[in-house]
Amino acid sequence: MRILKTFLLVVLFINIANANTDIKDKNLNNKILKNIRCLVCQGQSVYDSESEFSSTIKLLVKKKINEGKSEKQIYEFLRKRYGDWVIFEPELNKNTYILWILPLLLFLLGGAIIRKKLK
Amino acid sequence: MKNKIYLSVIIIFLIFCFVIFYNGLNSSNIYTPKINTKQKLPIFEAKDFYSNKSISSEELFKEDIFYIVNIWASWCVPCRKEHKFLMELSKSENVKIIGLNYKDNLNNAKKFINELGNPYSKNLTDKNGFLSIEFGAYGVPETFIINKNKTIVKKFIGPINKKTLNQIMQIIK
Repeated sequence: MRILKTFLLVVLFINIANANTDIKDKNLNNKILKNIRCLVCQGQSVYDSESEFSSTIKLLVKKKINEGKSEKQIYEFLRKRYGDWVIFEPELNKNTYILWILPLLLFLLGGAIIRKKLK
Repeated sequence: MKNKIYLSVIIIFLIFCFVIFYNGLNSSNIYTPKINTKQKLPIFEAKDFYSNKSISSEELFKEDIFYIVNIWASWCVPCRKEHKFLMELSKSENVKIIGLNYKDNLNNAKKFINELGNPYSKNLTDKNGFLSIEFGAYGVPETFIINKNKTIVKKFIGPINKKTLNQIMQIIK
C-alpha cells in the first residue's frame, strides 16, 4: 500500500512538472510568434496570420523551442535570413539608437519645460 | 519678436513633417528582404525527390560551378509560367539547377515535371517548408544563384522571366 502511495505521488509530481514546462513553452512560443512579422501579409504577426509562410514559421519556432533554443537565438536565426524588419520589436544596436533614445529625450525635454513653467 | 520665433519654428516643423509624409507616400510599403546581400550557402540535409534518400548540401554542391536553387510547387501558378525559362537555363553547361519542391503532393509534382519537362539536375522535397526558410525564402517561386565559393550572390523573388533570365545568364557566363 505504502509503495503504491509513493508511486502515485511520484507520478503526480512528474505530471505537474511536465504540465508546467508545457505551459512555459506555450507562453514562450506565443510570445515569439506575436513578435515575428508575417512577410506575406505584412502588418500582421505570424501568430495572427494563416499564410503558408506563417504556418511554416509556427512549426519552426515550436521545433526550435523543443530543441532548447532561446528566444534570442530564434530571433537571430530569422534576422540573419530576413533582416531586422521581420521582428516587430527592434533590437538595440547602432542603427536603432535614435529610435530607442529619442522618446526618452523628448520625455525629459517635456518634463524640463513643464518644470520651468511651474516655477 | 518671441511670437515670430515661435511661429517660424512651428512652420518649419510642419514643413518638415509634410516632406517626411509626402516622401512616405511615394515609397513602397511592401517590405522585401534584401536581395543583393551575399549570404553563405546554408548547410542542410534533405530528401531526394525521386529516391527519398537523404542527401547533404556538401554532396549536392560539390562541383566547382554555379548552381541555381529554384523553389517550386505544382500548385503554384507562376511556377508553371517560369518553367520554360528554367528549361532554357538547363541547357547551359555553366550551371546546375537544384529544385526544391515546396509543400507539395508528390504525385502532382511528378505530373508537373512529366508534363513540362525536368530542368533540374537534382530535385529535393521540402515537405514542411523548413528548407526554404534556411534559404531565406518566404514564398514560391524563388530562385537563388550560388557562385563557385558557395555563396548566394543573387536572389529572385517571383517567377523568372525573359529579363531575369538574361540577368542570370550574365552572372553565370
